[in-house]
Amino acid sequence: MDAVSNIILYFVVAIVIAVFSVMAVASRKILRAATYLLFVLIGTAIFYFQLGYQFLGGVQIAVYAGGIMVLFVFAIALTHRPDEKSRPLESHRLRVGLVCSVIGTVLLLFALFTLPLINGLSLTECLSQSHAITMHEIGKAFTGTEKYQYLLPFEAISVLLLACIIGGVTIARKR
Amino acid sequence: MDLSILWYLVPSVIMFACGVFGFITRKNMIAMLISLELILNSADLNFVIFNRFLFPGSMDGMIFTLFAIAIAAAETAIAIAIIINIYRAVGNTDISGVNKLKF
Repeated sequence: MDAVSNIILYFVVAIVIAVFSVMAVASRKILRAATYLLFVLIGTAIFYFQLGYQFLGGVQIAVYAGGIMVLFVFAIALTHRPDEKSRPLESHRLRVGLVCSVIGTVLLLFALFTLPLINGLSLTECLSQSHAITMHEIGKAFTGTEKYQYLLPFEAISVLLLACIIGGVTIARKR
Repeated sequence: MDLSILWYLVPSVIMFACGVFGFITRKNMIAMLISLELILNSADLNFVIFNRFLFPGSMDGMIFTLFAIAIAAAETAIAIAIIINIYRAVGNTDISGVNKLKF
């Protein structure tokens, strides 16, 4: 049995995520679509907090809702006039998109609700089975080479970010 | 009433379907990138949910999501650099204007 406050929080965040994802892809004004995406990302961060991953929620807000959204807003400001509307969707593209997403959703939901691969633990039970994740553990997991420790991917990511910085500067510079 | 794993997977499915729909229908490259972010975000959320509900004692899904967020940030930065470059060359950010692979 979960606390009522958790259930209410779940419903609020789930509705926010559902509504704003639809609006993010349906809005014809691109800056508004980016703003709706921001709300979806913040809702996801709240889910992370609720599931007990505080560090991950912080990273989601800092990197996604902070960094990536700033990139989006700057890119939109550089390439669009204010209050510019995109053209209405072509009907055959709309049909293809609707068919693909509806079929995908129906298949996924069918698989979720019929296949018996998922246990029925509630959030409270899961949270009570685990311990709170401390920064110490996360640091150990990132800098160790034992089992369940991830030094090599961590270093690979750092090289990737360096390549990304150089690539971004090289691609977008004036020539 | 229990908040089980299915409850959390349903918003993720909705997010993914919206991303697929937007990626197919939109013609603006930045709007397509926004749809891509929705898809990536739903995948990240799935990692965390499966980690929490199926393996509550470990935190590997969380670490995988951290790496995925870093890669998504890098990918978005490069994609936006490319889009701005295309805007300089073509004059708009429509995907239909990019049919020659040279500048």
